[in-house]
Order: sequence, then structure tokens, then C-alpha cells
Amino acid sequence: MTGDLLILLALGVPLFSAILTYAVGRMSDVRETMTIVACIALSIVTISMLVRVSAGTPPTMTLARPIAGLDIAFKLEPLGALFAVMASVLWGVNSLFSIGYMRGRREANQTRFYTCFAVAMVGVMGVAMAANLFTLFIFYEVLTFSTYPLVTHKGDAAAQRAGRIYLGTLVGASVLLFLPGIIAVAVLAGSTTFTPGGLLAGKIDGGVASAILLLLTFGAAKAALMPLHGWLPSAMVAPAPVSALLHAVAVVKAGVFTVLKVSTYVFGPELISTLPAANWILWIAAATIVIASLVALTKDDLKARLAWSTVSQLAYVTSAAMLPWASGLVAGGLYMLFHAVAKITLFMCAGAIYVATGANRVSEMGGLGRRMPIVFTCFMIASVSVIGLPPMAGMWSKFLLVTAAFGSNEWLTATAMIISSLLTVVYLMPVALRALFPAQSDAVPRDFVRPGGTPRVALAAIMITAAACVVLFMLADPIANFLEPIRTVSFVEGAP
Amino acid sequence: MTLFDTLYVAPPALTAQAPILAIAGPLIGACAAALSPGGRSGWVISVITAAFALWMSLAVACEVSRQGVLLYVIGGFQPPLGIALRIDALGSAMALLVSTMGLIGAVYSGHALVSEIRAETHTLFQSGYLLCLAGFLGLVSTGDAFNAFVFLEVSSIGTYALVAAGEQRDRRALPAAFNYLIMGTIGATFYVIGIGFLYGATGTLNMADMAAHLSILGDNTAVQAGFAFVVTGLAIKAAIFPLHGWLPGAYAGAPSLVSVFLAATATKTAIYLIARFTFDVFPDASTFGQAFLHVVLAPLAAVSVIVCSVQAIFEKEVRRMLALSSVAQVGFIMLGLSLANAAGASAAMFYIFAHALMKAALFMALGALAISVRARTLDEFAGVAREAPWTAAAIGVGAASLAGLPLTMGFIAKWKLVEAALQGGVIWMVAVFAAGSALTLIYAWRMVEALFFSAPVPGARRAREAPVGVLVPLWVLVALSIWFGLNASLPETLANSAAAVLFGTAR
Repeated sequence: MTGDLLILLALGVPLFSAILTYAVGRMSDVRETMTIVACIALSIVTISMLVRVSAGTPPTMTLARPIAGLDIAFKLEPLGALFAVMASVLWGVNSLFSIGYMRGRREANQTRFYTCFAVAMVGVMGVAMAANLFTLFIFYEVLTFSTYPLVTHKGDAAAQRAGRIYLGTLVGASVLLFLPGIIAVAVLAGSTTFTPGGLLAGKIDGGVASAILLLLTFGAAKAALMPLHGWLPSAMVAPAPVSALLHAVAVVKAGVFTVLKVSTYVFGPELISTLPAANWILWIAAATIVIASLVALTKDDLKARLAWSTVSQLAYVTSAAMLPWASGLVAGGLYMLFHAVAKITLFMCAGAIYVATGANRVSEMGGLGRRMPIVFTCFMIASVSVIGLPPMAGMWSKFLLVTAAFGSNEWLTATAMIISSLLTVVYLMPVALRALFPAQSDAVPRDFVRPGGTPRVALAAIMITAAACVVLFMLADPIANFLEPIRTVSFVEGAP
Repeated sequence: MTLFDTLYVAPPALTAQAPILAIAGPLIGACAAALSPGGRSGWVISVITAAFALWMSLAVACEVSRQGVLLYVIGGFQPPLGIALRIDALGSAMALLVSTMGLIGAVYSGHALVSEIRAETHTLFQSGYLLCLAGFLGLVSTGDAFNAFVFLEVSSIGTYALVAAGEQRDRRALPAAFNYLIMGTIGATFYVIGIGFLYGATGTLNMADMAAHLSILGDNTAVQAGFAFVVTGLAIKAAIFPLHGWLPGAYAGAPSLVSVFLAATATKTAIYLIARFTFDVFPDASTFGQAFLHVVLAPLAAVSVIVCSVQAIFEKEVRRMLALSSVAQVGFIMLGLSLANAAGASAAMFYIFAHALMKAALFMALGALAISVRARTLDEFAGVAREAPWTAAAIGVGAASLAGLPLTMGFIAKWKLVEAALQGGVIWMVAVFAAGSALTLIYAWRMVEALFFSAPVPGARRAREAPVGVLVPLWVLVALSIWFGLNASLPETLANSAAAVLFGTAR
């Protein structure tokens, strides 16, 4: 029963780390050492689970059964295993960065910060491993509530307001939309268990299925599909490591992961391709992709620009989940991973610039690259990855996704994706370019507000993820092969 | 119901008398408490009596689980002429709930009374408390419609006095109690008028006998009038919108112990009687009864869910907020009942358990905090989590259960309700549940935000952690809320067999 142990460890390590972090409290060295140890341990656990999944013996476990048909159960599948590994490794990197950032900024309430981070990881692990919608919902909520204190970390009025929007949108959508959707699934299908090929496939017809698809997709407001995207830019009041967690690792990826899971295992590709609602969502996603990119263009605040960029990029993954005949699912999984790596780099860079110089506006960054060459080079690499150019990992996912969109005759989606890529060039490239190669007219960059610039650990974290953007370019094929089982279409495989 | 089937908690001779002992015990205890020399001894009597009542209720529940229906003929006069206690799965589940809350409240009273009520009235207060307990237990046990009225009045008289006893802490308890007295008496009068009509039509007061007569007699105007009076009277007691006006004031003004006990039991026993009359005594198939459920009860309940939740959001005083929330939750329960099927009744019953546990925990924790903080409004409670983490954590769990977050009993309760509504094909009800839950979440969150995330008001009194005497009963309630959220088999079997009494089969 090692499977059970792995799952217990995946939940237990971050939980235990949260308790210990809280207990040791003020002893900051011990506290942070413990966080790093927990990150490494969790990464080992998740990678073992990934190996088990690829070997064909996924770990499973039933934790509790409150009432019949409502189990708290876990079962790994490729998408979840990938998500778990991604989250745990990036948690480690992000923790390195946090240590640099939080110490560099001398932030208050650091113990609460690390504790909530660890609890959030419990939520992420639960979401990644959930065997049914109910379990996923539970941990989705754990994630929401545990990140609230992180969003409101500053504790001032603006942070409180952002926290209300954050909580209101996410919890409101999940109670008003997601939960009724789950219950409808439970009543119609008799359970909520994720089933290859689709739990609802063959059980219900178009109208009801469309309604449920809309409920579940918009209910997962963490995926930030318009019009439920407002929480994401407003959550930018949080410190940079939190933004990195929200926008790359935990929260938003849990949202699109939920959408992918719903599409793959609740509806199944066959049912999805017959639903009019899937088309509507594709149109909304296409609109989100373009509009959010346009808004990003107008933002001078670097973190706000990145946030809007995230809104746009998340809609790519949502589109992938809604494409007919499962053509986009693997691309969606890859997109989730590659975007996470690139976006966390971008946010950590933004944080690093802020710690060192206090600058958070793009217009203040001209020429800064001379002073902080490593940070801006990493920013450049990650930007290229987000845009989707070789030799960065982001190229593969975007390439596959656009191909899939064309292949399934979704011209609107494909066009939106291409336009948005071009817009990405316009709003991301100038940041690094102007910093590294300043124009004559740019003012001389400010001095570092923190002596020594960006803390070393933070720099190391940024370099790791930037390097990962390149390394993953080589590894795209094995990962795609690993994800291949999620495309369980029983007939007309790869139909146009 | 395997657990209760195999459980023998009392010797057979005692078990045979358990139905009457569960009621007589608190009655005798009430007299003893009134005569006891001081507050401390009154408390001891109260705890012992409540424990005894719980023991007897448990014995009854086990016996009911084995036999189905327990008939206890008082004084050897056979029904329908004599008065009989007739306890089935529904009644025994309610009795178990009432006596459990009675014991928890009694334990809590040791601490709460000292700081909330004048010392010379402690013994009388305990007496009133036990009287109230006896009334509720009798109400859910009796098989006689008029006898139910008697017990209703016994409990109500106790309740009026208990609410008024809050005057030392909050003078507004006095008008609130008077308001409650007037409203409650009108309700009881309506009930007895209705019973008069039904007696005139059927010539019997025994509920089972009445049901048998009514099923032959069918509908006529007298029966309908009687039914309308009975249900309206009970609706006042159950605080069904718009007849709930007495409740917020009474719960907010009463000593915290009374709020704890009443929130968990008072409206619930009235709901029990409504269910008993609507589904058991009154013939199910009658168009009048159906019309009542679908045209009157369900819309009113839906309105109460929305309106009272919104009121609760804007309410500044914490205990009034919780009281308004209680009215909204009664709406949830009545919506479940109005489905008029086994799934709906089972869900409603489950909701009653869940709500009793969480609301009692909330009132108890807030009461304990209010003793040291002396606060009424939410703002004054800001930041107390730092000084009283255990009490605040209990409020957090209670709020989560109230809002129906997963891993708490409240979630299972809401889940069952929505499932029942979907199975019944009543989609609009699902929308009401979703909206009600979202609104609940808002005011539950306001509490959590104030307690955990707001900075304390400068110059506010410092909160103190509640003493062990409060923390133990409080965390028993909280632990039950969590445990039943993880493994709901016990309340679920109770709820299912209770629903089976009303509709023949549980799902």
C-alpha cells in the first residue's frame, strides 16, 4: 500500500511543515530551513508519484466517506501528477525567492506568510490528486482561504479591499456556480468520480450538459475567464512571491487544471464536441485572450501588466480544454506547465527589481539592465517563452495549441491566439529591451534602495526557472508522451 | 441503524419507564433546583438532571430503533381516551437532540450564569431551564395533540422567564421577552383553537386516532380551518417568515445560555410538530395540505432564506445577526420539508441536527467572549482571535459550518437539501439554496474577518480565553460538527429513519 503512503505524504508534508513553521515562529533561520526541507521532500514525493503514474500503477486512496456517493478520495492521473510535480518544485524555487525577498524587504508577519504558503500547498496537492469533483472542490476551497492572508499581507485598506474582491469572486463563484454544478453531476451520474472518457458521457443530452459545463467552467473562477477575471489584477497588492504563487504555481493553475479535468474526465471529449456551450466558452475565451492582452498593453505597473498577461494566457488553456475531439488537451497540459515556469520567472524578476530599486513601473526601468543584467536577461528569456518563440519551452505548447485550433476548424480561436502572441511581443519585450539597451533619452537609473541589490538567493531562484524555460524546450516530447493517455477518445481520433 | 440496535444503556425495568422518566426527571429537577440553597447546587442539580434526561432519551432511542414505535400509556388509561406517549424514530431523534443540547447547555450554564444573571435568581433560572427541557422532551414524545399543547406551554413559560432573565446584561431583554410572550401566547392559542376544530371533526385528541379518522373523513371546512389554525400557531413558534418578529430580539437579549439552548431546540420542536401534523396527522394526499406546502410554505421559506440572510448581512449586533440567520436557516429546513418526500424530510432533519450543533456553538463562543469583552457589535469583537484563539477558532468552525463549507456538517446538510430538490425536480429551489448559501457566506465571513483579520479597536477591553467549563462543551459541539462532516452516518441514519416515519421509505 505504498500508494496510500505517497498520497498521505503529499498532503502531510506541507501540512506538517505548516504546523512546524507556525510552531518555531520567530526563529527565522529554523523556520526557513524547514520550509526548504519540506519543499524538497514534497518534490521527491510528487516525482515518485509521477513515476508511479507513468509505470501504470497510479497511487489511490479513500480518506473518508461522509455520506454514500460523496467520498474524499484520491487517484493520480497524468495531468494531476504533472500538476503536482510542477507545483511542488516551483514551491521550492519560490520559497528560495521568498526568503530573499521577505528578508530583503524586512516584511512583517513572515511566519504567517510561510505557514499560509504551506497550507496553500496542501490545497494544491489535494486538487492535483483528487479522484472526484467533491474532493477537488474541498481542496480548491482550502487553497482559496489559505491564500487570503497572503493577498492581504500588507494589512492596509487597499489590501483588505483586494482581499474582499479575491474572496468574494472565488468563493462566490464556487458556491453559486461550481457547487450546484457538482451536485447536478452527482444527481445525474450517481457519483462525481473522474472517469476516463467522461463521467457524463452517454448519460445526458445537450441542454443539461451545456448548463453544467457553463456552471463548472465559470464556477472555477480561478481560471479567470472573463467576466470573472477581476480578482486577479486586484490581487496584485500582494508581495511579489505571493503574486508568483498566485499567478504561476497555485491558484490560477488550480483553476485551469480544474477546467481541464472537468473537460477530460467529467464530460469527455466526445460529449464536449457535441455541446454548443463549449463553442460559447471558446468564443468567450478568444475574447478574453485578446482583450486581456490589449489591457496589458496599457499598464505601466509591471505586476499589473503581468497579471493581465496571465488572464490572457489562462484563456489559452481554457480554450484547449474546450476544443473538440481532445485535440487540445495535451497542448493544454503542456501550456499549463510551460506558462507556469515562464510566468513565475517574470514575477520573481519583477519582485527582484522592486526589492533592489523600489521601481515597479515599466517606465522607470529604462537602463536598469546595466545594473541588474542577470535579472533582465532572465526576464528576457521568460518573455520569449511566453511569446512562444524557440528555443524556449513556451514555443511547443503554443505551437501545438494553435495547430490543434486550426485542426479542429476553430479559426476564431486560432486567430485570437496569434493576434495575442503578437500583442505579447509588444507588451513584454520592451520591458527587457529598454532595460538592457536603453535609449539615449532615458534617465539615468536610480541607485539601489537596498545595498547590494537583489539578494543572492532570490537571484538563484530566478536563474533556476529561467534555465528551466530552456531545458524544458528539449523535454517537451517526453512530457507530451506522458500526457498522451488523457486523450481517451474512443473513435474518430484526430478528426478535423 | 445498527449502532442503536445493539446498544443497551439501561436495565430493562428502567428502559420500560424511560419515556416518562425523560420528562419527569427534568420536572422533578426543576422543583429541586428551585428549592436548592444556592447557585452552585442549582447548577449541579441541573447538570445531573440533564444527564439523566439524556440517558433516558438514549434508552428510548435504542428501544425505538429495535421496536419501531414505543407506546407508553400514562396511568394505565388506554388511548384514545387516555394520554399516551408515542415515540417513533422521528420523536426519538428529536428527543436525543433536545436532551443532548440540554446537557451541553447545563454544563455551560455553570460559567455563564455567574456573569450574566443576578446571583439571587440563579436557582430559579435553573428551575426554568429544566422546566423548558421537560416541556420540549414532552412535546416530541407525546402522542396526544392536546397534551402537546400542554407541553408547548410548559416549555414556553420557561422560555419567557429565561429570556427575561437577560435583563441584567441587556435591558432590552425585558421588552423582547414581553414581545415573545405575546406572540408565543397567540401562537399557542391558535394551536389550541385548531385542535378544537379537529376535535370537533374527529372526536379524538390522540394523534394516531385523529389521523385514522381524518383519512376516512377526508377534507371538510372544519378540518381545513383546524389545520390552518394549528399550522399558523406553530409557525409563530417556529419563527417562519413573516411570523418571526419575536425571535431576533429574544435571542439577542436573552442570557447567552438561553440563546444556546433555544437556538438549538425551540424552533426545531415547533418544526417537528408542523411536520407531524402536515405529514402524519393530516392526510398526505389532500389537495389542501399540498396547496399549503407548495403555495404557502415553500414561497415563504424561500423569501425568509433570502430576506433574513440579507438582513443578517447588514446587522451590526452579532447576536441579532445570528438570530436572523436562525430564521433564514429555518427557511432552509422548511424548504426541505415542503418537498413532501422522504429525501426532503431526511435532508430537513439532517439540517436540524447540523444547525443545532453549529448555532449552539456560535452562541456559546460569542457568549463566552462577550463576558470578557462586553461587546455587542461585530466591530467591538475585532481581533479577539489573538487573545482567545481557542474560542475564536470555535467560532471559525461554526461559521464555516453555517456557510456550508466542505468538511463540516453544514456542507453535508446543504448537499442533501440540494440533492433532494434536484431529485424532486424543483430547480428554483436549488437557485434559492445557492443564493442563500452565498449570502450566508458573506455574513459568516464578516464574523471571521472581524475576529481574525481586523486590528482591535484602540481602548477596547481585552478578551480572555474562555474557561475550561466553557471550552469543553464548546469544543464538543465543534468536534461533532467536524466529525459529522467527515462521517455523517450517525445523523444520516437518524434522519433517514425519522423521514421513514413520515413517508414510509427513506431512500
